[in-house]
Amino acid sequence: MKLVRLQLLIVALVCLGVPARAGDVPAAVRNCGWCHGMLGQGIALAPRLAGQRRAYILRQLVDLGEHVRDNPQSRQYMWGPAANLDPLLARDLASYLAALPFAPAADGRPQLVEIGRAIYLEGIPDANIVSCAACHGPNAEGIGDIPRLGGLGYDYLRTRLAQWGEGYHAGAKAPMPRIAGKLSPSDIDALASYLSFVK
Amino acid sequence: MAPSRTMKAILSLLLAPPTAVLVVAVSAGVRAGEADIGAGSRDYLEAKIAYCEDCHGRSGQGYFGFLPMPRLAGQTTAYLESQLRAFAEGRRDRGLFLNMAKIHGMSPTMRIALAEHFRAAHPSPFGGASRQLSAAGRRIYEDGVPEANIPACAACHGPDAQGQGSNPRLAGQLHPYVMGRLSRFPSEYRRAAVDVDPTATMARIAHNLTRSQMDAVAAYVSQLK
Repeated sequence: MKLVRLQLLIVALVCLGVPARAGDVPAAVRNCGWCHGMLGQGIALAPRLAGQRRAYILRQLVDLGEHVRDNPQSRQYMWGPAANLDPLLARDLASYLAALPFAPAADGRPQLVEIGRAIYLEGIPDANIVSCAACHGPNAEGIGDIPRLGGLGYDYLRTRLAQWGEGYHAGAKAPMPRIAGKLSPSDIDALASYLSFVK
Repeated sequence: MAPSRTMKAILSLLLAPPTAVLVVAVSAGVRAGEADIGAGSRDYLEAKIAYCEDCHGRSGQGYFGFLPMPRLAGQTTAYLESQLRAFAEGRRDRGLFLNMAKIHGMSPTMRIALAEHFRAAHPSPFGGASRQLSAAGRRIYEDGVPEANIPACAACHGPDAQGQGSNPRLAGQLHPYVMGRLSRFPSEYRRAAVDVDPTATMARIAHNLTRSQMDAVAAYVSQLK
């Protein structure tokens, strides 16, 4: 019996993740933390929120509430929470998350990093694909409500980039829907790999 | 089935360079007032325009990215074409983190076609500049700053900042973009210019402007239609 209780405790702690002292983390963040990680570091397809641009987080919460961001995972997991979120709380959450420290996911394919960097900085002019860096910055840090891409998870980035070409998020702020729709699967693989390592 | 002798003759005639050029030229020349973009089609030009607009905004309105991407709409064709050439030849913005030569690489005929396209676009300016700052900028724009040997911008850029010839239109240009250009002219100045190189002229003018004067002029022109 003691062993079972101990195992349950361990499982509970693992689910809650770090930190062990729940009082350190605001209650609202704990709700997000179930999927996005208690440090906002991201888990699987729930993206890293730590260090993301505040204005971008706010805009995504609006886009989710208005169903502009409409891929299946967003629909299933985020439409409800975003619709229920108080606007003032949203601002506090965005500020909190933007200030969280983070480390890059660094889980891309290392052999594609150089190719991905070239595409990120220069685009592919012959295919009329623009440079990502012009808007997202030399270190993929973003600016204003243009998101940080640096350090996001490889799987998340691949999925997200492919979604534009699949017709999701068509109502999102221009020009992303059109740009990303031109990327080939190998372009996406390279970009996602490179970006996952960017600090 | 092997092609007949007649078929072969027709094919070799069609594939002969002079005939191919004639076919392309006839089909391209059907639309009046459009630069001959050679081996491309209307689709090819449209795709290139979309590429420009991805950074420079819908209708070339400009875009506030990590860098402010300048307004292209309503720009003089001579200036647009010359700047595309300056990028390709490495005479402009070499210090940026972007490979401007590669990003703006294209054929000479494509440059002309794009310049003509954006010349005809007229989206509204973003505006948003402070009125006080714009008013100060207007004075500098129209009268210059005589005590600092700064000529009136209007003398070359036109009374309404519409531009003339290779002197660019400034009306509706993005405020932070104008600021950036004015600040960087002195250091960007290159002596070995093949054609009319604005940095030579602008370096001397911009060198004498104070930062707040640049700010005021940038604010003023940014809200002009």
